[in-house]
Amino acid sequence: MLIADTANLHTFVDAFRFIGDNPQFLATKALEQLELSGAALLIATAVALPVGVALGHLHRGSGIAIGASILGRGLPSLVLIAAFLTLLGIGFVNNMVALAVLGSGPILTNAYDSVERVDRDAVEAARGMGLTELQILGRIELPLALPLLFAGIRVAAVTIVATAPIAAIAGGGGLGDVIVNQASYRLAGVLGASICVMALSAVVFLALAAVQAAVTPRGLRGTSLIEIQSRKELQ
Amino acid sequence: MQGHWGDTLQPALVQHVELTAIAVGIGFALAFPLALLAHRYRPLEHPIGVLSALLYTIPSLALFQLLVPFTGLTWTTVEIALVSYTLVILFPNIVAGLHSAPDEVLEAARGMGLTRRQVLLKVELPLAVPAIVGGLRIAVVSTVAIATIAAFLLPDGLGYPIFLALKEPTPFKTEIYSAGALAVALALVCDGLLVALKRALVPWARKGLA
Repeated sequence: MLIADTANLHTFVDAFRFIGDNPQFLATKALEQLELSGAALLIATAVALPVGVALGHLHRGSGIAIGASILGRGLPSLVLIAAFLTLLGIGFVNNMVALAVLGSGPILTNAYDSVERVDRDAVEAARGMGLTELQILGRIELPLALPLLFAGIRVAAVTIVATAPIAAIAGGGGLGDVIVNQASYRLAGVLGASICVMALSAVVFLALAAVQAAVTPRGLRGTSLIEIQSRKELQ
Repeated sequence: MQGHWGDTLQPALVQHVELTAIAVGIGFALAFPLALLAHRYRPLEHPIGVLSALLYTIPSLALFQLLVPFTGLTWTTVEIALVSYTLVILFPNIVAGLHSAPDEVLEAARGMGLTRRQVLLKVELPLAVPAIVGGLRIAVVSTVAIATIAAFLLPDGLGYPIFLALKEPTPFKTEIYSAGALAVALALVCDGLLVALKRALVPWARKGLA
């Protein structure tokens, strides 16, 4: 079943040839996709992060946080993209909003979790020392929460970048334009663009993993990214 | 919507359930022994974890397309991709569940003379159930969502009516909303069933993590 006969190998050779022949075109498309993803991630972070952090600080609304994580995974991207297309028309905005909704789930859940889980003794001690609530948030809770909080942004970013190609069906542009248009670009183009999409997601994932390692306070290092992630999955 | 139920939505819903059930079933059958192996031989855990995290970043649309030259526009193609994703979700959860037994408990079990196999079967596995069901919840909900993307390859599943509607010059809203609502409802129902399953399996953890 999975045996690559010569015909299959040819298809992939053609796909790489397509990439080699159209670097400019694919780079433009990749940039388009990154623009859309970046805008969506910004909006998602701007909305979900403060809400999650505030709820976590107040130790309230665990239901909202859990609900956001389930909705974030359970809302099919295709459904979101299609629904916002009917609401906002075709173009950049509808896709940006759909992707932002998709990304806000993990950001909110992780922001809530990360702050909520900070050692209560440390917070009490700070309060006893006379720190204001804002100081507690800024000096105790956020630094300790940072790795897990950032993990949420990373998951959101990868989700958004990986979903952006689907937005091509609703005028989202990007590499997805090539993938959904086999009539114009033939199989070689579709596969070539798919390979680029894969590479783009991997680059975003690895780059953000590096940032996450860098923002992790020295005292918290040693807990690997995987551990943070799998602990998250346990929720 | 009534006019579309029999000819479009109902078959699409049934196909969607089938796509999901096969993917989660095979994914679990693969993830469980792998997790037992990683639990027994700890050094294996990290490389498998990193590999699976990277695999999860592969966008579904790209993965489907890259499999087409090998397995064509078939359910096999879709299932290979869906199984990969469920595997990636289930494996770390099962491993984390198996690791979750507190050291004192393991010590006590060993002190009572339980063999390694008995410790696994009577202590570690029961304690891992909440994490395993937690992983299944995420896997099922994600698979229901990702299976809509199968519509880019196959005329099957709840994604297809949406896919078709989007191809129209003025998208048909009825198809989008009804098929979309069904997909979300399916995910929520599956999630609810798994929560109920967990309650039944681990009555002692009623106030545990939801």
